[in-house]
Amino acid sequence: MNSVMKGAGYILVHTPDMIMHNGTTQTTERIVNPDSDYLKQIKSHLRPYDRVCAYYPNQTYIGNITPFELAKVEGPWQDLEAPTDDRYGLFGEIMPQDEFYLLIQAADEFELVYLDKDFVAGTLPKLAEDPIITEYILKRIREGVDQERLKKMVEEEGAEGLYKDDHLVGAVRRAHDIDPNLSAHVMIENLVSKASSVLALLYAVKNAGISPEDVEYTIDCSEEACGDMNQRGGGNFGKATAEIAGLTHSTGSDVRGFCAAPAHAVMVAASLVKAGTFKTVAVTAGGSTAKLGMNGKDHVKKGLPILEDCLGGFAVIISENDGKNPEINVENVGWHAVGTGSSPQNVIASLVTQPLAKAGLKVTDIDYYSPEMQNPDITKPAGAGNVPEANMKMIGALAVKEGDLERRDLAAFVEKHGLPGFAPTQGHIPSGVPLMGHARESMLKGEVNRVMIVGKGSLFLGRITNLFDGVSFIMEPNKGESAASSVSSDEIRKLIAESLRDFASGLLESR
Amino acid sequence: MDLENQKRIKDLTEEHNPEDIVVLLGAAEGEASGIAAETVTNGDPTFAGPLTGVSLGLNVYHVCEEEVKADYDPEVYEEQVSMMEMVLDIDEIAEEMKAIREEFSKYSA
Amino acid sequence: MSILNGKKVIIIGDRDGIPGPAIALCAESAGAEVIFSATECFV
Repeated sequence: MNSVMKGAGYILVHTPDMIMHNGTTQTTERIVNPDSDYLKQIKSHLRPYDRVCAYYPNQTYIGNITPFELAKVEGPWQDLEAPTDDRYGLFGEIMPQDEFYLLIQAADEFELVYLDKDFVAGTLPKLAEDPIITEYILKRIREGVDQERLKKMVEEEGAEGLYKDDHLVGAVRRAHDIDPNLSAHVMIENLVSKASSVLALLYAVKNAGISPEDVEYTIDCSEEACGDMNQRGGGNFGKATAEIAGLTHSTGSDVRGFCAAPAHAVMVAASLVKAGTFKTVAVTAGGSTAKLGMNGKDHVKKGLPILEDCLGGFAVIISENDGKNPEINVENVGWHAVGTGSSPQNVIASLVTQPLAKAGLKVTDIDYYSPEMQNPDITKPAGAGNVPEANMKMIGALAVKEGDLERRDLAAFVEKHGLPGFAPTQGHIPSGVPLMGHARESMLKGEVNRVMIVGKGSLFLGRITNLFDGVSFIMEPNKGESAASSVSSDEIRKLIAESLRDFASGLLESR
Repeated sequence: MDLENQKRIKDLTEEHNPEDIVVLLGAAEGEASGIAAETVTNGDPTFAGPLTGVSLGLNVYHVCEEEVKADYDPEVYEEQVSMMEMVLDIDEIAEEMKAIREEFSKYSA
Repeated sequence: MSILNGKKVIIIGDRDGIPGPAIALCAESAGAEVIFSATECFV
């Protein structure tokens, strides 16, 4: 029996100051071209929080607008106003930067994060109003230190600053004097990833209607690595995140694979549950500070706001079959193998047409595909095109080549089975998984039948292999069986034995 | 273009005769093709990498352009690239590439 | 006249277009020597 997807959390964190201080495009520019026009122009291209909330793709990501509705709104969306600008959505929220800095401190176990006293006093009441934030998290936030102390940390001790409207309000210190794996730069990236993952995980648990103690295993699938000089990728963001989210019965581990990691992680989670190893597994990932403003130069050059101004996080809860929630079909997964090669047709065949053939399905039997769901407002001006649309064209073009689709029907196929991209370009965050929350909702309403989640990853960026990677799986409505209603043969034998005993004792009594 | 790739290209043009080098691109659309082509001919237009202000003038094509397509083993092209002709806007890419070659390439035929 | 035969080829592929290794196979089939191949990623 397949496992099911019980709920999801999708969160964004608006981090305008982190674009300049932590995004690699900007930090590189500050080294290479410290006086560049681009650096001078950034500030005037930042969006205020209310514009970020009123942005169609962001409202789609947190669940207030469906991708089916978004498909009807012609982009680019950056100048439009979404019908809602709510901070909170069906799946999560858009957290402002100041509150998130407090959450970073809550995620810190080693007194590395220091915040300004006045800043904490002014921001803590705001964070406390967020209904998802637990007492446990609030209690972890310390009173704060004075400005002088923060300045000294940043200017003399190599700490990374946390800024609000260019004012220093916090610092993340290095965790070791000489180990580059514990530098302030690495620690801020890892703590941001952890903190945003915690937020997504809290929403996933709540939305799944389970209690935190129900989760037995937590898999992190972000793109960061934690460890020290003796074990650089030592890991277990998964368990560390579960700790702050209060999942006291959970252990965990990390799954890595660049952008493909979330699809790998959901596949692993669904298999662990199906195998009976664990009853409930959480898959979670936080955001990447490095990718903030990644394509900012192109956006500024074209007079656009810097659209990569949010961290993204996501989490899903995979549980044993409850007879109700959508199933993760792990019997017909697709995977890019070592021998698949890198040609686009082989990649798509391995991820889409081959698993479909195994399942006895045609490309048109999948209602919607969720390949890489990057927001085209971000990628088109940067010269990367419309990524989800290009992926859909590839799927359609392969179907044409394989004779399953007429060439003249290619455009209609893309239109009918594809959806617009609405996820931030946070690497792993847009890859396949953004549709899972919406897919679950529409499957529960009986509106959508089958969805294919396709994760792809550029392994070659790590310079350890030249290979590409990807996995895919199908989500489908529940077939109506549940783990609770089905009984094993052992249980049946036990039941028969019991009733025979009752029958025999009944016979004796009636004598 | 990635800064490390720019550095490698610069080094390779010092190691080999630039006239003997052809750059092949696989970019997904016209503008990106144009920027990469400009980088290896006139210099990095984004002023970020080692090729900023370096006019290598290399001969450069997109892998799908007719001029170079004629050179490949048709079976290899069919297996490796052909499907993408249904996905990419080849005309737009070819137009960008031709314009850059005509303006900046020192070695194109 | 062949553009690629006998030439040294530098490849800048794109993970959302045509990746480097696929271009390399085409270039080699044209009698070129691949001296560098990379695949870029914008996302």
